[in-house]
Amino acid sequence: MKIEVDHHSGLPGVFVRVDGKVRINARQLHYRELNNMIKGAAAEGAEEIVVDNVYGQRYIGSGIRRAVNITVHGVPGNDLGAFMDGPRITVDRNAQDGVGNTMNSGVIVVHGRAGDIVAMGMRGGRIFIREGVGYRAAIHMKEYRKFRPVLVIGGETQDFLGEYMAGGLVIVLGLGKKGKASFAARHIGTGMHGGLIFMRGMVEEHQLGKEAAAVQASDEDKELIRPFVEEYAGYFGGDPREIMRSGFLKLFAKSHRPFGGLYAY
Amino acid sequence: MLRSAFCRDDKDFSACSIFGMMNMRGEKFDGGPVITAIANMKERSNGLGGGFAAYGIYPQYADLYCFQLMYDDEGAKEETEEFLKGSFSVEGAEVIPTRPCEGVDDPPLLWRYFLQPRENLACEVADVDDFVVRAVMHINVRIDGAFVFSSGKNMGVFKGVGFPEDIGRFFRLEEYEGYIWVAHGRFPTNTQGWWGGAHPFNILDWSVVHNGEISSYGINRRYLEMFGYICTLHTDTEVIAYAVDLLVRRHGLSVEDMARVLAAPLWTEIDRMPERERELHVALRQTYGSLLLNGPFSVIISNRGQMIGLTDRIRLRPLVAGRNGDFMYISSEEAPMHLVDDTLRETWIPQGGAPIVAELEESTRKEEEEGAKVLSLRGPDSA
Repeated sequence: MKIEVDHHSGLPGVFVRVDGKVRINARQLHYRELNNMIKGAAAEGAEEIVVDNVYGQRYIGSGIRRAVNITVHGVPGNDLGAFMDGPRITVDRNAQDGVGNTMNSGVIVVHGRAGDIVAMGMRGGRIFIREGVGYRAAIHMKEYRKFRPVLVIGGETQDFLGEYMAGGLVIVLGLGKKGKASFAARHIGTGMHGGLIFMRGMVEEHQLGKEAAAVQASDEDKELIRPFVEEYAGYFGGDPREIMRSGFLKLFAKSHRPFGGLYAY
Repeated sequence: MLRSAFCRDDKDFSACSIFGMMNMRGEKFDGGPVITAIANMKERSNGLGGGFAAYGIYPQYADLYCFQLMYDDEGAKEETEEFLKGSFSVEGAEVIPTRPCEGVDDPPLLWRYFLQPRENLACEVADVDDFVVRAVMHINVRIDGAFVFSSGKNMGVFKGVGFPEDIGRFFRLEEYEGYIWVAHGRFPTNTQGWWGGAHPFNILDWSVVHNGEISSYGINRRYLEMFGYICTLHTDTEVIAYAVDLLVRRHGLSVEDMARVLAAPLWTEIDRMPERERELHVALRQTYGSLLLNGPFSVIISNRGQMIGLTDRIRLRPLVAGRNGDFMYISSEEAPMHLVDDTLRETWIPQGGAPIVAELEESTRKEEEEGAKVLSLRGPDSA
């Protein structure tokens, strides 16, 4: 059989501008070329940048320090929105590893699944993933004063969620599970020393890293996450009141300095 | 010379790329798509190694072992051919076709041979496949400047120093048709970039591509030496190819049990298992503790009937899988799967240590076995 790969749908890099809206065909563009175009359009004041035929180009949205809407059609490469400071990125398919790596502010909305290390070292802004995520989501996420990053995961999470987490808020909705179904992830919150993780469903004690503890979320706790659940439903549908009626577990760090004695004595 | 011809050992930041695609009904396709897919992950390699394995490419010689060799010089070739003539009936010998390609410099002499083991000699060894493994080891260890980089039936490995897409063009892979294609883009970390050190690593029908580092290489290698496997290629991945041959072909383990050996669950998890499962895991760890692969890895292991994806137990290297009808994909990244198959929708992230197995349909296996009068896919001693 002959498998044809379409390399030629439209001219690569063609840049169409209509009323402050820019459209770029990313087919066969290297990430440097593509990101230079996106940054150029953002610098010239474009409000809306739509990128078609994205297949694995890395660092989309990096280095942009203003609010601009970037819509990605395709599968963006690793480190989507890394170090980003302001843009709003929407992805119509799955994302790869490292979504929102060390991002500072802005919003990333993924209408599919994301890979490993989502929100790694994230410092501010919000990330919404419609479906599940891979390993080590929110690894070393952190917060400082008014900067408090938020990650909302609609589906499942895999192992090492919140590893070495130092701050911020993670909400795992586990949608698609029925009732009080339990999560399968292991080593959740290993090395955790700050921040909060809310999980809708059950987690057994042995699934937690030894630095994390879990309690049933109180009504007051749930008020903390309500606006972000509503925002999630705004992007992807669903009834936020229905979601909020379920029981949530709240995971937190047992100590803010779990390794304080490791090298000091 | 080959042993010391280590090329361009500069350190760039990156990580290896692996990609595999299989048609589970055994329908064949050329090397174009897999070259496109691996080229899409160019950021992950640095030009110090690229390679491919393809299954089903030599149907006219399906019942013969195909040895693909790299030679330093004519002397190594003469000595090797002399040895081959003593142990095998050589049914075909030819230069592996290549074309000049920018980015692929100073290739060794590349030859392939279609071989039938001499019956009287093979009978002395318990098993024909073991006889072939010994022949491969003899050439790699004893003959200076000669390496067998592919030794299976109806399959071949093509590899060298360069970016994988350049290596693919160099070996004219668009002219071959196979039902499993596996590819690798290399970023060497601890060992040199040289022609023999590129992936896939192969023995018999097994080939392995790998992203990561095997920090247990020393203990794995010494264990495998007890069974006659001698590591000569200066790269940690070589032990995986020999380990799967030992475990699955010679010792008859299932793919699942092989994964339980290579990527054994942590003891805390084994302790929580139901009794029978716990006993199995404990027995496997006690028996094969020296084959536990320590360190971060994601691999694609293939043979004529299967394509298997596996990561280390805590998934320190990436791997995603996808399925669309008869096609199965395993990849370091998501995008290249969609690039070669735009109708692909079902993709997932495998659990660490849990194998993803794509198998050739039973009816297709039978056809191949009967049609080509080959031995069983795993070799005779796994029955």
